Amino acid sequence: MDPTAYRIPVGDWIDLLVDWMTDNLEWLFDGIAAFLKTLIQGLEAGFLFPPSLVIILIVTAIAFYAKGWKFALFSAVTFTIMAMMGQWQAAMSTLSLVLIASAVAVIIGVPLGIIAARNDRFSSLLRPALDLMQTLPSLVYLIPAIVFFGIGQVPGAVATVIFALPPAARLTELGLRQVDAEVVEAGEAFGAAPFKILARVQIPLALPTIMAGINQVIMLALSMVVIAGMVGAGGLGAVIFRGVTRLDIGLGFEGGLSVVIIAIFLDRLTAAFGDRASKRISK
Amino acid sequence: MELLKSGMPRDEVVTATNTVPAVIDASFSIEQGEMFVVMGLSGSGKSTLVRCLNLMHPPTSGLVRVGGRDLASLSPTELRTLRAEKVSMVFQHFGLFPHRTIIENAAWGLEIRKVPKEERREKAIEALGLVGLSGWEDSYPGELSGGMQQRVGLARALATDADVLLMDEAFSALDPLIRGEMQEQLVSLQQDLQKTIVFITHDLNEAMFLGDRIAIMKAGQVVQIGTTEEILQEPADDYVRSFVQGVDRSRVLTAGAVMEEPVGTILHREGPSAALREMRLRQTGGVLVVDKRKRLVGAATDEDVARIIRSGERSLEKIIPLEDVAKVSPDTLLADCLIPSAESRVPIAVVDDDGRLLGVIPRVTLLSALGGNDANNETEQETGKNLASANASEETEGM
Repeated sequence: MDPTAYRIPVGDWIDLLVDWMTDNLEWLFDGIAAFLKTLIQGLEAGFLFPPSLVIILIVTAIAFYAKGWKFALFSAVTFTIMAMMGQWQAAMSTLSLVLIASAVAVIIGVPLGIIAARNDRFSSLLRPALDLMQTLPSLVYLIPAIVFFGIGQVPGAVATVIFALPPAARLTELGLRQVDAEVVEAGEAFGAAPFKILARVQIPLALPTIMAGINQVIMLALSMVVIAGMVGAGGLGAVIFRGVTRLDIGLGFEGGLSVVIIAIFLDRLTAAFGDRASKRISK
Repeated sequence: MELLKSGMPRDEVVTATNTVPAVIDASFSIEQGEMFVVMGLSGSGKSTLVRCLNLMHPPTSGLVRVGGRDLASLSPTELRTLRAEKVSMVFQHFGLFPHRTIIENAAWGLEIRKVPKEERREKAIEALGLVGLSGWEDSYPGELSGGMQQRVGLARALATDADVLLMDEAFSALDPLIRGEMQEQLVSLQQDLQKTIVFITHDLNEAMFLGDRIAIMKAGQVVQIGTTEEILQEPADDYVRSFVQGVDRSRVLTAGAVMEEPVGTILHREGPSAALREMRLRQTGGVLVVDKRKRLVGAATDEDVARIIRSGERSLEKIIPLEDVAKVSPDTLLADCLIPSAESRVPIAVVDDDGRLLGVIPRVTLLSALGGNDANNETEQETGKNLASANASEETEGM
């Protein structure tokens, strides 16, 4: 009995499946592609329409509101550096892609987490699926994404959503399950319907954990930037990819630094909102 | 289920089916305005039992009726209405919402019921006032001590104006001093509000202090239901007996529960020689004197009577006056009978509000009641049943 002597044609099956999906679900993929494209390009246009200084001021104001003057100063300086490195356009393009992909990941992931928290069977089915999404090398599903959605920002966004979604679902489930059972019982004992308990008790109490999940989503989305750049999504990913393939170390570094600046800004921003949520609870 | 019905013990059912029957065959009814205490050790099923009463934990068989309605027949919406309006609950670890202010916590039940905001606020403030938390409305639970947090839990339950209060180990998480305070507050609140309260506890002293009646649970079964006195005097089995041994009887038994029929009394107009004859007959050193409506008028000891007879008096006027006779109300705890009994030469008189003599507590009765002596039980049972027996939770009057 030598298992290598037998062949399971998993690859063939996947090929068949992809072929079938291309033939029969084209309308769906086209719809998704058009939708994502509109969102990303709309946001990008919004970022690029005003002069970069206006955007820097807005970013600084948000930073001040979220955390205070130190963070505001840091944001103002780093975003100005980014603009002066000549990476502004690429950075805004990346920012739109990351924000839209993260939003989609959260919009899908959080409800999945909510269902998983309330249903053990669903949870045990969801977990391996999330594992798969996080560990399957992204290049593997990037190819079918190109087949389905063509070259450009959309396959990049789809790959980003697949890779970044798991923490949203996982941490939402965790946060909801961690809510003190007696507090939930107290909600029930006074006749609250399940939805009301979810909306007014469980989600508010799970919010710090959910926010940590959203923070993770954004970080993972940023880490997909280069991959997205490879399939023609443009932005900083393309800059870095160009730098690497042409051995232009300086250009690659400028692109990389810009990714770090955006990453730090988004990380501190979401962390600040998470802190706020947990402060409200422990008060 | 079938195994249980066939009489298999719980332990064997657990191993046979790999499920734990938490509550088995518990039948009781609770009167309106009664404080019904369910007492048992952890794992005895008391928390499951109380959750059956609002169907948070639907029983696998049997019937739960609240105000005559079978809960199993209610639709989910009707059940929620019942929980919002008729049956409210207080939790062991308070179960407060940490992200809501105190007043928002207290108003939770009303919010669920969609009571208008103004009225909600009014009622929540009123409930918080009842439990002594006025002024804390806008704080958060995390800023309050454990005792205060549980007051919020209580206020939340009271704010809905529910008839039935389920209190699941409500005071168990509090330290002893605060717990005692809360117990007293609950008793005095209950005197005003007259709710039907089901109180779960693992502490027999607490059970006896609070309960009008107590159900003792063991391994999912109710082993005895009765008043404090009944459980102390006639424990149903060895399990209950071993429990009640640790109880401070002087703080749970009342005068009304241990008093004996007043046999050694004489009528006011009978005169000294009748008194002397009575004492000789009863072989005691003193008698209580009553009028013909059984109202206590005084007492007489053998010395007094002998002196009166020597001085040629024909009436019992100069006996120990009423003020000096040791008398207690039936609600008095035995702890408060000890000093009067030690100082008095006649048995302590138990009188009602009109001064009528209900019974007497000779010193020997008092001592044997405190010791839990079986020898005295028969007489106690007889009298205890016939006479008005009050419970330990009511206000104690002075000696």
